[in-house]
Amino acid sequence: MFEIFGIPSTALFGQLLIGLINGSFYALLSLGLAVIFGMLNIVNFSHGAQYMMGAFMAFLLLQYFNLNYFLALAIAPLIVGLTGIIIERNLISQLYRVSKLRIVVFLASVAALSIILSLSLDPIVSLVIATLASAVLVEIVFALRLTDGASEPTDHIYGLLLTFGLALITEGIFRHQYGSAGQPYGVPDLLKGGQNLGFMFLPNYRAWVIAVSVVVCFATWFVIERTKLGAYLRAATENPTLVRAFGINVPRMITLTYGFGVALSGLAGVLAAPIYNVSPQMGSDLIIVVFAVVVIGGMGSIMGAVVTGFALGIIEGLTKVFWPEASSTVIFVIMGIVLLIRPAGLFGRRA
Amino acid sequence: MQRVVDPLAPVAQASEFKSQAIVFVAMVVALAIAPFLVYPVFLMKALCFALFACAFNLLVGYGGLLSFGHALYFGWASYVAAHMAKVGVIELPFPAGGWHWLAIPLPPLTPELAILFGTAVAAVLGLLAGWLSIRRQGIYFSMITLALAQMLYFFALEAKFTGGEDGIQAVPRGRLFGVIDLSSDLAMYAVVAVVFVAGFLLIYRIIHSPFGEVLKAIRENEPRAVSLGYKTDRYKLLAFVLSATLAGLAGSTKAIVFQLASLTDVHWSMSGEVVLMTLVGGLGTVFGPGVGAFIIIGMENYLAGFGEWVTVIQGIIFVVCVLLFRRGIVGEIAHLLGIKL
Repeated sequence: MFEIFGIPSTALFGQLLIGLINGSFYALLSLGLAVIFGMLNIVNFSHGAQYMMGAFMAFLLLQYFNLNYFLALAIAPLIVGLTGIIIERNLISQLYRVSKLRIVVFLASVAALSIILSLSLDPIVSLVIATLASAVLVEIVFALRLTDGASEPTDHIYGLLLTFGLALITEGIFRHQYGSAGQPYGVPDLLKGGQNLGFMFLPNYRAWVIAVSVVVCFATWFVIERTKLGAYLRAATENPTLVRAFGINVPRMITLTYGFGVALSGLAGVLAAPIYNVSPQMGSDLIIVVFAVVVIGGMGSIMGAVVTGFALGIIEGLTKVFWPEASSTVIFVIMGIVLLIRPAGLFGRRA
Repeated sequence: MQRVVDPLAPVAQASEFKSQAIVFVAMVVALAIAPFLVYPVFLMKALCFALFACAFNLLVGYGGLLSFGHALYFGWASYVAAHMAKVGVIELPFPAGGWHWLAIPLPPLTPELAILFGTAVAAVLGLLAGWLSIRRQGIYFSMITLALAQMLYFFALEAKFTGGEDGIQAVPRGRLFGVIDLSSDLAMYAVVAVVFVAGFLLIYRIIHSPFGEVLKAIRENEPRAVSLGYKTDRYKLLAFVLSATLAGLAGSTKAIVFQLASLTDVHWSMSGEVVLMTLVGGLGTVFGPGVGAFIIIGMENYLAGFGEWVTVIQGIIFVVCVLLFRRGIVGEIAHLLGIKL
């Protein structure tokens, strides 16, 4: 037991660890936002709701199918990603590839099916089934007459408003079903316990979260910056028309990118489930902080999003040690300072 | 932009003015009759939100700046107004060898002064937040306003005078100018209606002033406005401050009406609600936000028993409006009739 700046080392390292954990989530979520923003040029306001959905999927998979944590870690992001793909294809892409008929058919079908199904099933399950069924239906009905490419210029604010609406729907349904109180989700047996590092106690699960987050962030960076697929992606971000002329299916790439970004938030949700309680509002407060992180880092670079995420988590943790009252606002204050000094963000390019 | 160079502009403007004047007169008449037909407390709530939405629309509908943190001005103004009407004493922290509290001993103020105080604080907050957030454009602007609002939400949660989770309760309505007793709902309603109409006319004036024209030009094409020599940042900042101030006026009035200021009004969901009201009524229409406010507040009142489904319905309205009815209700009607409303 020793002291640093008059603070007992265990307290300092403990908060540093919490900061690192929070940083892992900031990094994963801002990474997803940056990937989506790069391709779709929208801010995905439902990112927090999708993170919450990931956590709930883990909880539901355990409850209904008795699937353990590690299976959930693989399956839940896939489910969340799939819903993302459906949402992109039927709603978000319709912001610029306008086919009103398709929107109406999709929304009406989701509404009708989920109301019919909810008479006998629980609302969340019926909404999921209704969404899947409607997506298939719409794909079949419109397979022959996709008004693809007939694009209409759209203001970016509509993407924000649309995803905000989707977030409200998701959160509202989960809150209706599970109330505001959290549902417990246990730490998997394999990752229980911890290591005594001499200067502090490191719970295994926390180390696991940090490791997974670092690996996933690095892998994403590698794929986007160092592989051929990533090169297509970056090219499509720069000039979609030209990339399409080379015979690459850009709309499909956009859809899959959204699905991937959303799956990342789902993964973060599963990782968060054993640490925080699984609750419907777990995403909404977090996502606002992540927005601040994104403003600080700038969404231009993948590495920037990751580094800023971790750094701000650590700063927030340290603030909790030295000035606890300021810990909930420190990130916003940093955002203000960065805006004054470097309005484009630390890693951003001037628009 | 287009209208400035249009040779028929005066004619178009005159006919626009005529249709808007008719609707305005109808609105004032409706406001005068309404308290005898509808529960006045509901009307007052809807009017406060209508003014809030109109103020918000000034920024998003005419400046093209989507602020996602307008609850900040609405909520903080309501805290300040409630505090001034109930307690009066202002305590400010000042540094002099550590932090001290400097107390300015004011008595509890009359409602109009309390509202004025709340509005002034909203203006100052708007100036600070606007100064920071207009440094970035587009989506970043929305995210910054949201983050700043969340920061001040935490302040409201921690600060002593706001009462934390309890809020400021049992705020006296008091006597207007020290004379007119506002404890009766009808007297209070008259005040709220006057505040709303005054705010509405001010916004109308702003929109149709040369300043408003430049604002619309910036919304349509900012680089072009810059190249024409307009200092767009100043216009945007002024629009931001005006919008925040009027949102503050709405929030202060609401605090006096309901004798309460609480965390609900500074929470981000309130920022979302005002976006929804404006979107439903019609972005960039004069009457839309008011109509939207009445619809959303009415919906919340009548569907209160459905609990969380209200949030879900709000979400569905968002999705449907954005995808299918971007003009909003008033915007669609105006489009059908070929007029501006």
